[in-house]
Amino acid sequence: MSSDYEISDDDENYYDYDEDMIDGTQDEEEEDGDMYMDTYGDDFKVAPKNKRKPYEIEYESLSQAAVEKLMQEDVEHICGIFGVDGSTAALLLRHMSWNKERLIEKYMDNPSKVLVDAGVTVKEPSSPSAPVRSHSSSNSNSNANNGRRPTRSTSKLIGLASGSKSPKIPTVSPPALRPSKPTRPTPFVCPICFDDSPDLKPLSLDCEHSFCSGCWTAYVSSKINDEAEHCIRCMAEGCALVTPDPFIRALLLVEPTEPVGEPSLQKENVATWARFQELLVRHFVASNPNLKYCPYPSCTNTVSCPGAASKASLATVVPIVSCGRRGFGITEEMSQSQPVGMGLAAKEHKFCFGCPIESDHRPVVCNVAKMWLKKCRDDSETANWIKSNTKECPQCQSTIEKNGGCNHMTCKKCKHDFCWVCMGPWAEHGTAWYSCNRFDEKGSVEARDAQSRSRASLERYLHYYNRWANHEQSAKLSVELYTKTEKKMEDMQITSALTWIEVQFMKKAVEEVEKCRTTLKWTYAMAYYLARGNEKELFEDNQRDLEKAVEDLSELLEQPIEAENIPTLRQKVTDKTVYVQKRNDIVLEDTAMGFLEGRWKWNVAVEGFDEPEKVEF
Amino acid sequence: MASISARRLSKELTEIKNEGCPVGINLVKADDFSTWLFTIEVMGESLYQGEKYTLQFRFDSSYPISSPAVQFVVGDGHTSPVHPHVYSNGHICASILGNEWSPVLSVVAVCVTLQSMLASCKKKERPPDNDRYVRNAPDNPKKTRFHYDDDTV
Ligand SMILES: [Zn+2]
Ligand SMILES: [Zn+2]
Ligand SMILES: [Zn+2]
Ligand SMILES: [Zn+2]
Ligand SMILES: [Zn+2]
Ligand SMILES: [Zn+2]
Repeated sequence: MSSDYEISDDDENYYDYDEDMIDGTQDEEEEDGDMYMDTYGDDFKVAPKNKRKPYEIEYESLSQAAVEKLMQEDVEHICGIFGVDGSTAALLLRHMSWNKERLIEKYMDNPSKVLVDAGVTVKEPSSPSAPVRSHSSSNSNSNANNGRRPTRSTSKLIGLASGSKSPKIPTVSPPALRPSKPTRPTPFVCPICFDDSPDLKPLSLDCEHSFCSGCWTAYVSSKINDEAEHCIRCMAEGCALVTPDPFIRALLLVEPTEPVGEPSLQKENVATWARFQELLVRHFVASNPNLKYCPYPSCTNTVSCPGAASKASLATVVPIVSCGRRGFGITEEMSQSQPVGMGLAAKEHKFCFGCPIESDHRPVVCNVAKMWLKKCRDDSETANWIKSNTKECPQCQSTIEKNGGCNHMTCKKCKHDFCWVCMGPWAEHGTAWYSCNRFDEKGSVEARDAQSRSRASLERYLHYYNRWANHEQSAKLSVELYTKTEKKMEDMQITSALTWIEVQFMKKAVEEVEKCRTTLKWTYAMAYYLARGNEKELFEDNQRDLEKAVEDLSELLEQPIEAENIPTLRQKVTDKTVYVQKRNDIVLEDTAMGFLEGRWKWNVAVEGFDEPEKVEF
Repeated sequence: MASISARRLSKELTEIKNEGCPVGINLVKADDFSTWLFTIEVMGESLYQGEKYTLQFRFDSSYPISSPAVQFVVGDGHTSPVHPHVYSNGHICASILGNEWSPVLSVVAVCVTLQSMLASCKKKERPPDNDRYVRNAPDNPKKTRFHYDDDTV
């Protein structure tokens, strides 16, 4: 989503951006023909936001409640077809990983087998004397394929040991382990905690393995909290019955009529119940290829993106989505009611639907992005020195520290202007033959022997890695620098006649710079793997134009701010921001179109693409 | 009022003291409710005839809701039995100690299960990944997630 930013069509060219634009589908609603009005001249025309751009994917963000509603619809569907209650339908669906079609097919074929396999009902007794297997019964073989323990040579022997062969074995499982409901001859003793107090509440599933409510609660809580398990079986050894949701609910949540227990325990149980609900949602989401759970810590939103559900689709789209929330652990209301800073607290939950990368890796497709990250990890030691924030001036060798996002360095001592990335004179960077971004392949072509080939290949990698790492670093530095400026801007709002909206232009510009540097960063990963040729050159032309625009804007942002120069600065920054946004759009759009048209060829084998004609590196 | 784990363990201990352990299993030490030691021998004909191993149980307050940490004692003259599910550091890969633990199982039931695991062994050998596992193994075997794919061995 890039359309979180628009230029108003009146003469006050302030920025209007929607903090609450939370899903890509909202774009369609905002048809606005006025956007075509050419108020700003060619360079400043912004693409209308009424159409999804080729680099944006259609998706929907869902709250936990919305996903629960989807689950409930499936459950009700199954209830209607099978004539079972809701909690049974839920257990059946979970057992089949929410594959409704397969469940219906299997159930129609053999309902009792499905019910047993899902842990809903006890297996039909093979002989009336052994309704369920417990370790004190001797025919434990009868349940050997109940699904829980596909292979069991060992537990059989517990039965043997406690049976005829070793009569001395203590009976840790007293008769109360299998109480018969109507007549309980002796007072109930919980076979787990050995409590026998008369006010103990024995509970069991249909298998009638009774345990006290305290042990059940401890067990269920341990499974949910320590093992993240939503499929919780009966506590009896080898029993395959699964505790249905109402049973767990009754253990954890106190009914209004019941006496309230210890408050801290009570609170813990409520949290456990909530965690259980979350585990169920996570399981449902993981079972459905159209859905993905937001990877941000303690976020419970889900994104639905059917357009990127198949592996094949990932060769043509880069499905960057956002769950609709911002920040860590803060509520939506908080982030919308007032402007938030630039730090982590304000970050949108942006992630890739198609791969585990938890940030925007456009324009490059998932498989190439993953390859690049792996390469960087493998070669991290070789490249580590690049990340250092100090270098020597190429002219006088005095140490220069980089403390902003701009690559234009001026030596304090000799006043030499140079580029931080390529260490070349800065003057050249403004000209048409600027090629800071392009790697000169001549050296590697000429390399004949193995040693110079490997050196050339390292140099080539370092060229791309250097720029990759630099954009990442610069993005961070720009934001850091801005947080210092922000305070000053706010002070100015108080001391001068400027309105809040008028001092926002810096923030907007920094956001844009950060976004474009992310694009630039990934263009270097892409260029590293692009096969040589015309297409790559055009790609690098677009990359260069964006890079140049971003560097210019970065430089503007590092100008000293005084109240009297604000109007001029604001005009300049605003114009540049619009231009940068346009360049970014061109890179993203052209690359995305290239994927749809199959225009990009790689110099290595990439999953989902044709084999490269000739492997160059 | 003692904790559930203490009450449960004292109950198990009383039963062991009153009724003794099954043949081939002997309680060596149970001074507290945190660590118990047993010796274990396989009776009758088996690959481990005449061999004696020491089994260590470690309990925390979540016992018996979650399983005890069980392993063979290694060092000080003790070794772990050579078995496809027993690592040379004494850790044991058995589903009953992991995802198939049931709170109704007892310390003695675990001993008996492991005794029978040895008794049914057809070939004395270490798990195929022994060296790799032992090099990286955590001190507490409960921290390992074993894959119980061939319990039939
Ligand atoms: Zn109990
Ligand atoms: Zn049961
Ligand atoms: Zn989120
Ligand atoms: Zn991806
Ligand atoms: Zn200098
Ligand atoms: Zn340069």
